[in-house]
Amino acid sequence: MFPLNLVDLSVRRRGKLVLGPIDLVIDQGGPTMVIGPNGSGKTTLLRVMHGIERISEGAADWAKPDHANHSYVFQSPVVLRRSVAENLSYPLHLVKFTKLEINAAVEYWIERIGLGKVANRSAACLSGGERQKLAIARALIRGPEVLFLDEPCSNLDGQSTREIETLLLETAIAGTRVIMATHDMGQARRLAADVIFMKSGRIAETGLAPVVFNAPKTPDLQAFLKGDILE
Amino acid sequence: MNDITQGLLAALRLIVTFDAELWEISLRSLKVSLTAVTIASAVAMPFGAFLAVQRFKYRRLVISIMNALMGLPPVVVGLIFYILLSRSGPFGVFGLLFTPWAMIIVQIVIITPLIASISHQAMRELWAEYHDLLISLNTSKWQRIKTLVWDGRRNLLTAGLAGFGRAIGEVGAIMIVGGNIENATRVLTTAIALETGKGDFALALGLGFVLIGLALFVNILIHWLSRTEREGRW
Repeated sequence: MFPLNLVDLSVRRRGKLVLGPIDLVIDQGGPTMVIGPNGSGKTTLLRVMHGIERISEGAADWAKPDHANHSYVFQSPVVLRRSVAENLSYPLHLVKFTKLEINAAVEYWIERIGLGKVANRSAACLSGGERQKLAIARALIRGPEVLFLDEPCSNLDGQSTREIETLLLETAIAGTRVIMATHDMGQARRLAADVIFMKSGRIAETGLAPVVFNAPKTPDLQAFLKGDILE
Repeated sequence: MNDITQGLLAALRLIVTFDAELWEISLRSLKVSLTAVTIASAVAMPFGAFLAVQRFKYRRLVISIMNALMGLPPVVVGLIFYILLSRSGPFGVFGLLFTPWAMIIVQIVIITPLIASISHQAMRELWAEYHDLLISLNTSKWQRIKTLVWDGRRNLLTAGLAGFGRAIGEVGAIMIVGGNIENATRVLTTAIALETGKGDFALALGLGFVLIGLALFVNILIHWLSRTEREGRW
């Protein structure tokens, strides 16, 4: 499946350039944290990689394209108007797993995210943290090779954030390539193996996490890490 | 006021004495309207969902026409189908005129745009909520429509009930194509029109109360069966 090559890639919306031009190679490894101020193009970059954003110029090519092999978790978790268990089983029904396989996978994931007691309750009754955990488990239930997450812990309390970070680290250790956008620098430092810093729709700096965080090269990243406001 | 009291008493008498004719026309009313709603829903609900998820060239025009057709005058529909189904008409060979099937067909034509329009509205809102997720999961068009219809079933129920309300209360079109024939095509609304014409207001009102009661009963029954409003959030 890897590498993913983004070549001279741009995204325009109503004629306005919102991303690019970008040249980037994503290979195995990670977790990768995409950081940058609001409106810097983090979400658009993830959507392009996942293949749900229309590319205006350039190309995003996976070595072995298989959309079913990557999953995406949105900033505001989308829960289906179904029970917690049915939310989890939904992606498996789409690709015709057997009933036995579906039940086993749902049982495993529902216990893993600690929602066993509310399996048959409507997912709308869950708290924000529980919804996000459900969304992540639903994204992982088909065993994707790549997991994209768009600020999954924004607006969550400390405990939910910690649980989600643990789940993501376990996922990364298990072999899933985690690529995540975040504006929480503490979280980026805790999770990142490598970092992509974005500014005004372009990649301003990339590198291994210790290098990027301890010796940032660009003035923009230095200012961002200091907590300055970037325009 | 006196007429209304007498109407209520007439309705009670008809119900308590298990009036055979009342049962027959009530059941026929239900049968015709429920059949029409079922067939119209099977077409209109997926169509409403399709319009929500599919972008095509004349989509807005189709939606505008569908919304405009909600105001289709039933008498005109009845007249057109009278001509189409009459012996000299193109579908005369089927011998449907003055049968319950003719009444079902005109009711389908009248309520399909209504059900499709309400369904489309409900599906559009749900699609806005689900769009990113379903695209991300690489779902096919058909899987999207199926998901929207299933998850929006309670909103679709409202669309179906609106169609049922319009169908069971309809009189102009079914009078023309059904003919209000005793023991064959007489339903509650056409019976009310007949009794009013004869000047028997008490009986007409009595039948009217039965019609209202029937419509309420079906609505409540369907809401109860589908567990609407039982769960806190949806």
